Amino acid sequence: MEKFKSFDSTVMPLNIENIDTDQIIPARFLKATTRDGFGDNLFRDWRYDSDNKLIGEFELNRIKNNSKILLAGRNFGCGSSREHAAWAIYDYGFKVVISSFFADIFKNNALNNGLLVIKLEDKVVDRIFKKVSDEENTLFHVDLESQIFNSLNGEIYEKFDINEYNKTCLINGYDNIDYLLSQKDKILNFEKKYEK
Amino acid sequence: MSKTIFDKVWEKHIVDKIPNGPCILYIDKHLIHEVTSPQAFASLNKKNLKVLRPEKTIATADHNVPTIDQHLPIKEALSRNQVDTLTKNCSDHDIKLFGLGHKYQGIVHVIGPELGITQPGMTIVCGDSHTSTHGAFGSIAFGIGTSEVEMVLTTQCLLQNKPKTMRIEINGKLEDGVYSKDIILYIISKISASGGTGYFVEYAGTAIRSLSMEARMTICNMSIEMGARGGIIAPDQITFDYLEGREFAPRGDKFKSAIKEWKKLKSDSDAKYDKVLKFDASDIEPMITYGTNPGMGIKLTDYIPELSLNTSKESYNKSLEYMGLSVGESLLNKKIDYVFIGSCTNSRIEDLRIASNLIKGKKKADHVNAWVIPGSKSVEKVAVKEGLDKVFRNAGFEFRQPGCSACLAMNEDKIPDQKYCVSTSNRNFEGRQGPGARTFLASPATAAAAAINGFISDIRHN
Ligand code: SF4
Repeated sequence: MEKFKSFDSTVMPLNIENIDTDQIIPARFLKATTRDGFGDNLFRDWRYDSDNKLIGEFELNRIKNNSKILLAGRNFGCGSSREHAAWAIYDYGFKVVISSFFADIFKNNALNNGLLVIKLEDKVVDRIFKKVSDEENTLFHVDLESQIFNSLNGEIYEKFDINEYNKTCLINGYDNIDYLLSQKDKILNFEKKYEK
Repeated sequence: MSKTIFDKVWEKHIVDKIPNGPCILYIDKHLIHEVTSPQAFASLNKKNLKVLRPEKTIATADHNVPTIDQHLPIKEALSRNQVDTLTKNCSDHDIKLFGLGHKYQGIVHVIGPELGITQPGMTIVCGDSHTSTHGAFGSIAFGIGTSEVEMVLTTQCLLQNKPKTMRIEINGKLEDGVYSKDIILYIISKISASGGTGYFVEYAGTAIRSLSMEARMTICNMSIEMGARGGIIAPDQITFDYLEGREFAPRGDKFKSAIKEWKKLKSDSDAKYDKVLKFDASDIEPMITYGTNPGMGIKLTDYIPELSLNTSKESYNKSLEYMGLSVGESLLNKKIDYVFIGSCTNSRIEDLRIASNLIKGKKKADHVNAWVIPGSKSVEKVAVKEGLDKVFRNAGFEFRQPGCSACLAMNEDKIPDQKYCVSTSNRNFEGRQGPGARTFLASPATAAAAAINGFISDIRHN
């Protein structure tokens, strides 16, 4: 996993609730056996019409601000367990997703791929939406070390929660598999007692 | 200290707890399929890692398989490659595979229970969110992502934070013509598609106790549709009777001593939950969804409301526009184009019996395409033995071969753009059943009646 570093970026606003994994990456694009290239089909049916033409008014097509931060309405990532959703978002170039509410499995999948999910209160999310809709090139700063998300002009300044374990993993690029492998003796010992 | 059934099963599987972090949770059974496992195997192969306990993983091909001519090679190259990759990975790593053509092949959440692989007190995971189905047996079962599939393959463990617990009680007696699908659609409509997020739900109450195992599975299956990680129902005599004699269930004395252990799996009467909800079974009627998330459901006799819970007006309108519906409309008598009876929610033998009973001797409406996709080879076999396939075919339905099919439309089984489909599956998301497809979720009975009449109708007054 790549190490998560602090950065400045604009925000890509997607003011829709209940964005489910079928919208993030439709099932028909899940036929690959590798992890690469899912970004091309991120929000496929919102980005392209049935003739594969770009839908101009959809935010990702309309707003050209090179953002690394996706801001979405509540209950983001609900639906299936497909990790392809997190891969697609990351592959497209986002490093952070902000919402007031995330589906459980999506949250785990994101963190397992170095994609930071930041949960902020509804009213804060609304303020950011407002700010970005007024000025889509507003710059924000994400600092995982001190758990701060703020606009560079100081108007928005929010502390966010993340548990210590996930934070350490993201900052150092550790992945859970390596951690579990390092605990193998404990697991084997557990099995011995457990099987009896 | 008093405990819930969830606490009891959870604690038994804790290998360790990381300070300020998740628990290491031991997994008893791991189910895999062709779509969410290839990247996990690719990654462990690359790192030269072995599968720690191959006997605890079981594979099937279901998401991407055709539902006709399964004896022929899969036509579509990408799907074929995925299924072939699964076959190769299973053979390389000594994992039991019920692939295409195998007598046990089927939707992963249908075959686990029917083969007796799913048992009370287990931890069960699969790279599929509807793994919650298996909770109907009193196990902790939940969906995981592909990185987690790799964790289970290599260490038989997962890192998990303990979820909060919610108890949902349904007491009283269900009216005739009301099925377990209606119960779960009713609950989700009451608490919204995110009302269960962060929780593991225990279903209890007299109405739940009276349900068959298959009906209980339908309820646990859709726990994820309210955002919950999983659902669990304490096992009882109905559970034990269901399991007795199944292929992978314990037998003889082993079965008897297993029952002794399984009987301990219930919540203490004074156990604490983070949230408790109670509903009255007599308030539940046949349900249908009208929008693009499963929380957007109403009683068949109700009208599309002004707004649904936890949704902004903007998203709500967008959803109705997608569905081609408007506020205040009734769905009764709404003309439909497709009927899909299938998916891990409602493709078991009882579902097919309910549907076939309603259509026996009748013909589907001419303008409707009706598909029945049995959940597994075993379901198909019983259906054929009971002559249900003939009932369906005589009524003009297509009776196809097992797989996920139009539930997620990964194979050819897609609902065309803007067509209405009454579906017994679990998700009505935009495009879920095919680009532009419009889904009404309902019970197998409501779906069967819609196929016959050509429009949505209330089976209680048919
Ligand atoms: S039937 Fe549908 S919900 Fe069930 S496992 Fe298959 S795709 Fe998932």
